[in-house]
Amino acid sequence: MIWRSFDWFLLLAIVGLGWRSLNDRDLFRAVIQFIAFGLLAAVAWVRLRAPDVALAEAAVGSGLTGALLLSALARMRRREQQAVPPRTEASE
Amino acid sequence: MGALSWAALSLPAKPPGLAKASLDRLGESGVAHPVTAVLLNYRGYDTLLEVGVLLLALAGAWSLGRGEQPAENPQSRPLLLSLLRVLLPMLLLAAGHLLWIGAFAPGGAFQGGALLGGALVLLILGGLARRALKRERCLRAGLALGVLVFAGIAAVTMALTGGLLQYPPGAGGALILVIETAAMVSIGLALGLLYLGGQPPEGARRSLLATPPDHA
Amino acid sequence: MPDADYRLYLMASAAIFTIGFYSMLTQAHLLRRIMAFNVMGCGVFLLFITLAARAPGPVPDPVPHAMVLTGIVVSVCATGLALALAGRVQTVTGKTELEPGEDAGGRSGAAHHGSSA
Repeated sequence: MIWRSFDWFLLLAIVGLGWRSLNDRDLFRAVIQFIAFGLLAAVAWVRLRAPDVALAEAAVGSGLTGALLLSALARMRRREQQAVPPRTEASE
Repeated sequence: MGALSWAALSLPAKPPGLAKASLDRLGESGVAHPVTAVLLNYRGYDTLLEVGVLLLALAGAWSLGRGEQPAENPQSRPLLLSLLRVLLPMLLLAAGHLLWIGAFAPGGAFQGGALLGGALVLLILGGLARRALKRERCLRAGLALGVLVFAGIAAVTMALTGGLLQYPPGAGGALILVIETAAMVSIGLALGLLYLGGQPPEGARRSLLATPPDHA
Repeated sequence: MPDADYRLYLMASAAIFTIGFYSMLTQAHLLRRIMAFNVMGCGVFLLFITLAARAPGPVPDPVPHAMVLTGIVVSVCATGLALALAGRVQTVTGKTELEPGEDAGGRSGAAHHGSSA
C-alpha cells in the first residue's frame, strides 16, 4: 500500500514537473524544474530495478544536461544584452 | 495521449525478452554484470558507434564557432576553489571506481565518463582549465582515444576470431576494461567540452596564418 | 521493495511523451523546444525500462537497459549540439524564438545581420 502510493506520488510529480518545466514563463525556473524532473526520473529507474540507468540519468540526464541548459541560458541572456544597444543605434 | 496509453497498456504482458539469452552466456562474456555484457560484448558495435556519435556532436558544435569561458577572476570565488580542492580528487576516484565496478555491478564507462565530464565543467567554472583548454591538440587526441582504441581492438579481434568485436575466449574481461578506460576518457572530455558551447576560446595556437599580436 | 504497478508507469510514460510532443509543437522558444525533446526522450526511456522490468525472470532484461543508457548519452550529445545551434541562430538572427511561418535562418537572418554590421 505504501509503495503503491509512493508510485502514484512519484509519477504524478514527474508528470507535473515535466509539464511545468516546459510551460513556466520564467526560463530559469523552467530549467531548474527540468533538473528536478531528471532527478525524479532517476528515482523511478531505481524503482524499476534499473540502477545503471539511474546512475546515468542522475549524472548525465539531469546533472550535465542541466549544466548545459543553464550555461546556454546565461549565454543567451548575455547576447541579448549585448545585442540591444547596436540595434537601437541602427534604427535611429 | 489516450491512444498512446492504450498502445502501451496493450503490449504483451509476458514478452519474449532477451534476459534469459543474455544471462545464459554471461559466463563467456568476461564480465559478471549483464548490462555491461550487453553494452561491450554482445552489442559492442552499438557502443562503438555511440562514442562516434559523441565525437560527431562535439565536432558539430565546434564547427559553429568558438565558445566562451567565464571571464571572472577565480580568486573572487574562494568557496568554489576550496570546494573544488576536495571535490575533484573524489570525483576522479569515484569515476575510477565506477569504471572498475562496472564489471560486476551497476556502473561503467558512461557513468564514470559523466563524472569526469562534471569534474571538467567544475574546472572550467573555477577558471582552472584555461591552460589545458589551449592545448587543442591534446584535447583532440584525448577525444579520439576512445574511438581509436575501440576500433583498433575491434579490428584485431576481427582478424583473430572473424567476428566484429567477438573477443577471443578468456580475453573478454581484460579487453572490455581497456576499451572502457579509453572510452571513459573520451566521453568525459566530450561531455565537459560541450559545456563551452563551441570550440575552446582562441589560444596560443601556432599557425602560419596567424599574425603575432605585437606586429598587428 | 515490492514490484511496481507497471500499468501506472506505462500510462505515465505515455503522458510524459505526450507532454513533450505537445510542447515541442506549441513552444516557440528554442531552449524550451530542446527541453521538450529531452522530456519526450524521457517518456520513451520510461516505456523501455518498464517493459524490461515487466519481463519474466528474476532480474530485469538487460538489453533495454543498455539501449536506454546509450540513449541517454546520445540525447545529451544532441542537446549540446542543439544548444550550440540555438546560440548560432541567436547570433545570426538576434532571436531566440522561431516564429510560425517565418524563414528563420535564411533571408530575414541575413538581412538583419547585414543591417547590424
